[in-house]
Amino acid sequence: MESVWRIFAEAVGLILDWDSDLIEIIGLSLRVTLAAVAVSCAIGLPLGATVGAFRFPGRTAIIVLLNALMGLPPVVVGLIAYMMLSAAGPLGPLELLYTPAAMMIAQTILVTPIVAALSRQVVEDYYCEYAEQFASLGVGPFDRVTALLRDARYSLLTVALAGFGRAVAEVGAVIIVGGNINHATRVMTTAIALETSKGNLELALALGVVLLAIAVAVNGAAMTLRASAVRMAYA
Amino acid sequence: MGTRILSSLIALALVALGAIHPAAADRFIIVQSTTSTQNSGLYDHILPLFRDRTGIEVRVVAVGTGQAIRNAANGDGDVLLVHARAAEEQFVADGYGLSRADVMYNDFVIVGPGSDPAGVAGMRDAAAALARIARAEAPFVSRGDDSGTHKAERRLWQEAGVNVTGASGSWYRETGSGMGATLNIAAGMGAYAITDRATWAGFGNKGNRRILVEGDPKLFNQYGVVLVNPKRRPQAKAGLAKQFVAWILSEEGQAAIASYRVDGRQLFFPNAGG
Repeated sequence: MESVWRIFAEAVGLILDWDSDLIEIIGLSLRVTLAAVAVSCAIGLPLGATVGAFRFPGRTAIIVLLNALMGLPPVVVGLIAYMMLSAAGPLGPLELLYTPAAMMIAQTILVTPIVAALSRQVVEDYYCEYAEQFASLGVGPFDRVTALLRDARYSLLTVALAGFGRAVAEVGAVIIVGGNINHATRVMTTAIALETSKGNLELALALGVVLLAIAVAVNGAAMTLRASAVRMAYA
Repeated sequence: MGTRILSSLIALALVALGAIHPAAADRFIIVQSTTSTQNSGLYDHILPLFRDRTGIEVRVVAVGTGQAIRNAANGDGDVLLVHARAAEEQFVADGYGLSRADVMYNDFVIVGPGSDPAGVAGMRDAAAALARIARAEAPFVSRGDDSGTHKAERRLWQEAGVNVTGASGSWYRETGSGMGATLNIAAGMGAYAITDRATWAGFGNKGNRRILVEGDPKLFNQYGVVLVNPKRRPQAKAGLAKQFVAWILSEEGQAAIASYRVDGRQLFFPNAGG
């Protein structure tokens, strides 16, 4: 119990200390993960909404595939991304390996299926309500998808946050394609892995507490935005 | 309305991509490295000196020696700094590396619980100590990851005449992890382990564990530096990499290595050109 408090005190100390290295690591974590979530939403939301709003052959197979891909192991994603981005791989000439861009790509592969699969479910529920209206008004396919995305936007925020949670907490993919390079590609999770391997278990746990605090802050900010958006809508 | 939603999604993605656009620092090289040199803090000590002198940033990817060699063979590094001489020479012979040189050395040690159930404390003969651990069937934790330390450990078991493959899963545990993770597991199980002295010195989770066997010449641990053949590296990193190798082998680089201390103890002993 005593050591729990010591770890917590160390975490608070880390935050209050405002150490420039820690700030850099937190900043990179947020940049990489928010970028990956944004790209995942740009791909996954329209994809999920399309699958949710239409009936076509092979649809069930696509849903099964999307749901299954939610369970992609980060290490496997990291290895695939490494083999693509390595100098010996097909995308080697881009020279993205061991850069934040590589980490963002790996996290995007990881998060896009989550966004697509969850938004498919959300949109499908809305679609069941709207189907008759769409039919009677003769709404075209493009307008259907965008209308559903718009009306489901508050539920889809939670979908994006689920993607954020997955991306910000994973270590397996980013440590392979990022390399955990100091001042270049070190993020919160790889820093935690490094301190654990140095046997600095308390510092590693303190960093974990800081990571949790970041996740709470991001979720809090998203919920505040949502609340004010709802207020504006009904004002 | 619909187009607005789509265009805002696309705009969001573009802003996100802009935020992680790689920095324009071109004067950097990538070193594929063993973990002990990073975990012990050596790089934090010597790399700023090299940077001040040349303006070249050295980006270290610290993985096990086995993985470092494979990554470098894929062309994902400019310099290799590891500790498995035979594998390094093979790397050069296969055309992946241009040259190999000794950089520094230290030694491996056998660590274990203070209670020392196999009774090996103070032994000088590492192979005999391992044979005694095997006879007592006392838990021993191996890296099991084809790293430099793992290769050295396997050589010692062979010399001790113990077939550990048969014992794997019983008293002999292969973690398949890095040195630090393996030491954490050994601490959790009260097991013996072989580690390089530098990682041990910088390791924070020692508990009641200590060095039990040291000083056998067979525990010698040589680090080498290899200039990676730049044929797979499209841009002009080769010159920068050459500068780094020349510096670490120079009097100045060697002095920088020798001046690194943890708790007043020198962890790496330069021996370039020896």
